[in-house]
Amino acid sequence: MAFFEVKDLSIQFGGLKALDGISFELEKGEVYAIIGPNGAGKTTLFNCINGIYQPRAGQIMFKDKNIRGKKPDKVAKAGIARTFQNIELFNNMNTMENIMLGRHLYMKTGLFRGAFLWGKNSFAGKEEVAHRKKVEEIIDFLDLQAARNKLVGGLPYGTQKQIELGRALALEPELLLLDEPCAGMNAEEKQDMIFWVKDIQDELGITILLIEHDMNMVMDISDRILALNFGRPITEGKPEDVQKHPEVLKAYLGEDEGECAA
Amino acid sequence: MDMKRDYYEDVQVFTSKVIVFWLGVLILALAIFPFVAKNYYVYVANYMAINVIVVVGLNLLVGYTGQISMGHAGFFAIGAYGTITLMTQAHFPFLLALPCAGLVAALFGFLLGLPALRLEGPYLAIATLGFGITTTQIIGKIKIFGERQGLHAPDLTIGPWHIQTDKDFYFVLIPITILLVLLARNIVKTKVGRAFISIRDADIAAETMGVNLTFYKTLAFAVSAFYAGVGGGLYAFVLRFIEPELFNMFMSIMFLTMAVVGGLGSMMGPVGGACLLGLLDLQLRNILEIPYFGQWIKALSESYFTMTGVSNIQLIVFGLILILIMLFEPLGIFGIWIRTKKYWKMWPF
Repeated sequence: MAFFEVKDLSIQFGGLKALDGISFELEKGEVYAIIGPNGAGKTTLFNCINGIYQPRAGQIMFKDKNIRGKKPDKVAKAGIARTFQNIELFNNMNTMENIMLGRHLYMKTGLFRGAFLWGKNSFAGKEEVAHRKKVEEIIDFLDLQAARNKLVGGLPYGTQKQIELGRALALEPELLLLDEPCAGMNAEEKQDMIFWVKDIQDELGITILLIEHDMNMVMDISDRILALNFGRPITEGKPEDVQKHPEVLKAYLGEDEGECAA
Repeated sequence: MDMKRDYYEDVQVFTSKVIVFWLGVLILALAIFPFVAKNYYVYVANYMAINVIVVVGLNLLVGYTGQISMGHAGFFAIGAYGTITLMTQAHFPFLLALPCAGLVAALFGFLLGLPALRLEGPYLAIATLGFGITTTQIIGKIKIFGERQGLHAPDLTIGPWHIQTDKDFYFVLIPITILLVLLARNIVKTKVGRAFISIRDADIAAETMGVNLTFYKTLAFAVSAFYAGVGGGLYAFVLRFIEPELFNMFMSIMFLTMAVVGGLGSMMGPVGGACLLGLLDLQLRNILEIPYFGQWIKALSESYFTMTGVSNIQLIVFGLILILIMLFEPLGIFGIWIRTKKYWKMWPF
């Protein structure tokens, strides 16, 4: 069995088939990219995997279990974390606390033990310190020390994207969904992001499913690519093959008018 | 400054010695207060403390979780009636009846939280408003609760201590208030509080990070209702007599106003808001006793508003304060505090 597999996934909004029979498999440890023009259904696919949308048909198998139709928090528990295209951070918390939320599933402090946080040696106190150490490692990994105690709402866009990545990493996922991690970043920030994605793959051994418009990045880091258009798969394969595929070129660049006339 | 930092600093209750010092001063002042103040002002302090409890609880729901409630008078009533009934009918001691009544209120909070999962914004406001009104209407029809006539609070004894005056009750109420505020503050700083805030700021992201929305939203309602219930139970002994009409819609709105004026989503803001507006509420009832101004207000009201004078002037003033706060200082008293602090830190630049 594959590590992660999507089989014949379809979802419809009214009369619009946003996804129509999508199938692909992920090997453990690879970086798999999904590309396609705007409105191709890439983010919809992520939302289906996450459980934010409920697909009409198909299967999503993660480690031999069907996770289709599960609620987002159960999907997170299964070991899938994600980042968002439009940043979805908790604006009134600082960086540390935002990433701490990624540790939510690993913390056992409930209402009562939390309420009786009297001192360093209380259960909640010990747990807070232990997990903050863990978060500090992520902050070090992503070079976020400068933003550590700042409210994230006022931080630069690129930093916010990094914090989102950090929050997803704090979940210690086995599969990480990255929705346009480089969107709106400058060249330097993009380079950093590429390094981190590679590091996450190599050092942490996390499988990555990636949506990205920046073709340089996609060609650079992905092992395999799936191209979508209008909710249907066009082609799948190695970066260099997908790049040359005529259907992909057509979807991105449009058809040559002259050729049509002729 | 000590250069060696500890992660515990992030969640510590008392972040510096200065705060511990001022808290000590505050507690000392609170302890001396009833011996120097007139009896009426001890009653005022009790009333303010009740408001602090309810508004801190309400703030956990509205300020931190981002779910509105306009029905907190309902939980308040459940707590008040629950405490008295448990003491008179089931002969519970006061210190047991109070948390039990709080738990009953929490149960109702949980039940109200269930439909609230599907409602947002104005729809939730209306649903909770309906709950508040319905509760008091139902209570007014039940015989054991004294129907429309209301209930008298029983004599209050804790162990050998017989509590008779406002001053006695003050020493029961203030420690409970301080304890509840500290507990709320700890909840906010730990896992549950972060889950609450995450739901308010970005609920979809919170869910994909593993926060169970159903659980935490209903939990927020339950905790908030518990605070209101405990506040209600204590209020019954401040007034010594309760009736259904007491717990009306205006009470719910007043609690909400206090939280907003104090500053939603901060801990000390709502405490300040509750104290300030609680004081104002009682003082404005005596507005007619102010020389000249009182007569002027009365004449104004009689010629333009109502024949009965100014029985509800506090509501008019509260509405005005709410509008002004929303326009000029959306963060409330807390926002003003933050700005003042910044100003003095930077002074004289």
